[in-house]
Amino acid sequence: MSGVSELYVTDVAIIGAGPAGIAAAVRVAESGKRAVLVDEAPNVGGQIWRHRVDMAHKLPGAARRWIERLRSAGTAVTILTGTSIIDVRQEGGDSGFTLSGEREHTHCLVRAKNVIMATGARERWIPFPGWTLPGVFGVGGAQALLKAGVSFTGKRVIVAGTGPLLLPVAAAMAHDRARVLLVAEQAPSAAVASFALGLWRKPTALAQAARYRAAFRGTPYRMGQWITAARGDGHVEEVDVTDGRTTRTIACDAAAVGYGLVPNLELARVLGCEIASGAVRVDARQQTSCAGVYSAGEIAGVAGVDVALTEGEIAGLCATGRSAVARRLMARRDGLRKSIARMDRAFTPREELRSLTTAETIVCRCEDVAFGAIARARSSRQAKLYTRAGMGPCQGRVCGASLEFLLGWSSDAVRVPTEPVLMSTLMNGLPNTSRPITETRT
Amino acid sequence: MSARETVRIVVDGEELEVKKGVTLAAALLDAGVYVFRRSVHGDPRAPLCGMGICQECRMTIDNVAHRRSCLITVMPGMVVSTGQVSP
Repeated sequence: MSGVSELYVTDVAIIGAGPAGIAAAVRVAESGKRAVLVDEAPNVGGQIWRHRVDMAHKLPGAARRWIERLRSAGTAVTILTGTSIIDVRQEGGDSGFTLSGEREHTHCLVRAKNVIMATGARERWIPFPGWTLPGVFGVGGAQALLKAGVSFTGKRVIVAGTGPLLLPVAAAMAHDRARVLLVAEQAPSAAVASFALGLWRKPTALAQAARYRAAFRGTPYRMGQWITAARGDGHVEEVDVTDGRTTRTIACDAAAVGYGLVPNLELARVLGCEIASGAVRVDARQQTSCAGVYSAGEIAGVAGVDVALTEGEIAGLCATGRSAVARRLMARRDGLRKSIARMDRAFTPREELRSLTTAETIVCRCEDVAFGAIARARSSRQAKLYTRAGMGPCQGRVCGASLEFLLGWSSDAVRVPTEPVLMSTLMNGLPNTSRPITETRT
Repeated sequence: MSARETVRIVVDGEELEVKKGVTLAAALLDAGVYVFRRSVHGDPRAPLCGMGICQECRMTIDNVAHRRSCLITVMPGMVVSTGQVSP
């Protein structure tokens, strides 16, 4: 199909079909406008509502209701799954925005008056010896793979790292009849306890945490412990777990390790949206510093599904000129956002974790660059030039947050295409090339 | 139950019966495939993030190189080459 581009013309382009993107699309459609909803995954739902098509009935009620509302939007919302966006540009004057992407090996363009960014978050990893071994997953990674259809039944699994995500993942593993040997939370028990106490105002969250804990009740849930190394012959066979004083070795078949979430800011940076404290800065209407560009959910600050839905609705309404309707939702969002700040403090990675990454530990997995070589550089830019760290296919999405934690380097460099694509996509994406275009007006 | 339904695909030249309706990465992990690709130094690598971020699950799928197996649904007759065999 090389040499052909597809063009979609619409009112609002929404990048990311998780809860925020879905809520935004629904609200755009309700306003009588049209949307193109784009996502890389084969199905809508994002990470939290990720599901196999044949397992949709197992989704939580809220997910089913929102996906149903999206379906009822009918032709007002064009859903482009399996589509990677690699560039976003603001056109001159009042002409809106053009997104450039790849879909089924074909270059595609989306022209829209407004853009809503709902690109979600990824995990923060802190590299430790052996973390590149097959069988060592992220915590969200293990959850994504479980939802995607991997069976962990009978496998000996250790869930470790930090944050509230450890609980649902351990619970889901136990539900899949994995043998969850240990859940290791790096945060000290005092911090976790004070966070849990703070939940008394949110009984539903507390009840949910209790349900998760009950699901893996046969498993020790230890605070102030973390994995220091993984070993195995071609696959993880054992991990070392420490509490900072004594270290023990546990045999396992899989380890899920992650240290919280960081927003996916690449496309927001391409557009030049202002970033503050690692998140896209938005006004009360979810509009970014770029007029016409809105942002909702995790990229405006990692805050979970309820905030994502509310912000998605606000963005969808405001992008279609109905901010008056969004007023009540804004108050709800502000209340929800407040309780999140407390969580960030409780689950800050501890200082000792900086020594997890030894000089020999691979930090840049794409280019196999060890920490020792990277740490000799003075900046991420110099490290790139000298060692190629951060220059592989993931474009620093994995090592960027690690190096921010380890060395305090900011990972704000971004360049289009924001993802590796086929050469034919790049060729077709070049300006001023005459090429056949299949146009779809949505 | 659909979870028991399978499709046949070709992995590194050998036919493999894998779970239907799941991502290729999930199908391969479930079938005990541990080497998705080889790193620059030749080390085995397999999915880390499961959501299209880390690029560790990439392989040649139906003659197209560097495709992320975690973002593609497994299809009958799919031909894939992992890093198990040298390219």
